[in-house]
Amino acid sequence: MTAQPPTSRPQPGASPQGDPVISLRGLTKDFQVGGLFSRRTVRALNQIDLDVERGEIMALVGESGSGKSTIARCVIRLEQPTSGQIVVDGVDVVREEPRRASHEYRGKVQMVFQDPFGSLNPIHQVRHFLERAIRLHTGVGRRENIESTLEELMATVDLPADLLDTHAYELSGGQRQRVAIARALAMEPQVILADEPTSMLDVSVRIGILNLMRRLRGAKGISMLYITHDLASARYVADRTTVMFAGELVESGRSTSVMDHPAHPYTQLLLSAVPDPDRAGSYDPVERARLRNAVLHSASCPFDGDPNAGCSATEPVRHAVGDPADRHWVRCHMYRPSAEVAARALAADKSEDDDIAQPAARGKKA
Amino acid sequence: MTGITDAAPRNVLVVSDLSVEYRGEKRTTRAVDRVSFTIGPGEAFGLAGESGCGKSTAANAIMRLLRDPAVITGGSILFDGRDVLAMSPDELRSFRWREVAMVFQSAMNSLNPVMTIGDQIMDIFTTHEGMTKKQARVRAAELLDLVQIDAGRLKAYPHQLSGGMRQRVVIAMAVALHPTLLIMDEPTTALDVVVQQEIMAQIGDLQQELGFSILFITHDMSLMIELCDRMAVMYSGRFVETAEAKGLFANPRHPYTRALINAFPPMHGPVAELTGLGEGVRFTNIPDLVEVSPGHLAALDSAGTHDILGGRS
Repeated sequence: MTAQPPTSRPQPGASPQGDPVISLRGLTKDFQVGGLFSRRTVRALNQIDLDVERGEIMALVGESGSGKSTIARCVIRLEQPTSGQIVVDGVDVVREEPRRASHEYRGKVQMVFQDPFGSLNPIHQVRHFLERAIRLHTGVGRRENIESTLEELMATVDLPADLLDTHAYELSGGQRQRVAIARALAMEPQVILADEPTSMLDVSVRIGILNLMRRLRGAKGISMLYITHDLASARYVADRTTVMFAGELVESGRSTSVMDHPAHPYTQLLLSAVPDPDRAGSYDPVERARLRNAVLHSASCPFDGDPNAGCSATEPVRHAVGDPADRHWVRCHMYRPSAEVAARALAADKSEDDDIAQPAARGKKA
Repeated sequence: MTGITDAAPRNVLVVSDLSVEYRGEKRTTRAVDRVSFTIGPGEAFGLAGESGCGKSTAANAIMRLLRDPAVITGGSILFDGRDVLAMSPDELRSFRWREVAMVFQSAMNSLNPVMTIGDQIMDIFTTHEGMTKKQARVRAAELLDLVQIDAGRLKAYPHQLSGGMRQRVVIAMAVALHPTLLIMDEPTTALDVVVQQEIMAQIGDLQQELGFSILFITHDMSLMIELCDRMAVMYSGRFVETAEAKGLFANPRHPYTRALINAFPPMHGPVAELTGLGEGVRFTNIPDLVEVSPGHLAALDSAGTHDILGGRS
């Protein structure tokens, strides 16, 4: 790491073996929005530090607009980060390949998109997608027979080999997503970025795709960054889960640890909203208002008073939670994201709208 | 009036053996196939299933909203004892919205972008109730208050409201004329979980206050079980299972119901491997429902097992 480290102290949740497959440091992305006269900058990502270990599924959860897809789009180099480092497999790619990603990089990092109806050209046969990926990537000549490789790929994603000759438009959503995964696997990548890979699929086949992801991680040791708003699936499929809010990370750690013992009020807020048939009387408006207030205007932190904690309202200090093996940390509750960012993020609710549209009413509503 | 005395006359809605077909030149697809259910007063009934299973088609049939090439080919729909399928266009006009209201999928985008929220709500009262503008404005403000939106927002345009607020407005509009039955087709799919939960709680509160019945359509089993009293699982136009909602979740009998429930992993306990349906597994020739325990019906064959034909797992 040559650029300035975010803090000098060792960060809770940092990589134990120090060789993560993806390592983001201070990743920041600004977008210019608005027209000629209302031009302004929106910060989609603010100083993201995140590690994905080899052979690990890391889930990135948060509400829409929290910046989780922007992280994936920066890593796959569809977006140019405003600042910060993206270190993949030991290479700082923004510095080494500033203009565009190299062929080699694209082979290492593959992406599976949300919509398998949009990501596969319907008029091509399944064979086309896989063959093209293999030939472009490995440089296998036109004449060489790659039939066995194709069949192997199909078997890996649990599709019968005779589907190789069907057209994409003939496939169901689940089958298409499996083809998209096979296409990513054809590159023999080290890491797959999966952006909501199951949200467009029919519910009954959803779990099959999640199981496939678990198996690829186990059998092939492929790392994944799994982006989702579905916390239950993150708990099911991911080794670790990181929670995003308003373009920043608020909590991270072993999935079961984060979900069963959420430490940050925003994580608690998200989890309390997940529909859960086993939980009686789930919605409590008073508790909801308390959590919302704690996210936006917290003035106290459970770690306050601990001289080693170093609570701060301006720096996103990380506090270690529970067993160190869980690598569970939570952002200091005292930290306040900028008012504009936070108000935009706790979206689609009346308190937020009051903040934006009726600033005068803000005091009395709180 | 059909003259047939219904077995449970108190039911708001009685659907019997309803079939709907989409008729094409080459082939005809049966989207709803001999489906029967009832909804009691103040009851929330859920229809679960994946896209294309016919759940929305069934809802549209109840509202008589189907158009060519969809044709209701059999069965009956009784609303408050009246035959919905025999209603004249005039009767339908007052039946819709006043007696049965519907919140469509992504309904928040159905608001007119160039009219203020207030004007759109007032329209309901001036058109359906013949109120003056002044009266309508008072009612519109009351209505927004019901879904906890400040009356000052009457002057707002839809784009000035967040997605969750727009959805609240649409729900408020649906219940404006105090319908007996509210049909909701995936009312929260486009929303984040936090907003979704608040909207669902709002719907529950409104139901308590106004006492309407609900037909709730979604693919999300967890959400459905939280809201509904009874529910049915639909597959390929057929009901494969119907029961009291919590009982069905605790003890699903049909393999498809199990796959649907497994699509939403549990939020506590150890992480255990779940199984879904294999890719390409299809159930065909789904038999009629049989009672497996009191109030719990499932489409199992007589031996209590199921048929999977044409599977390709």
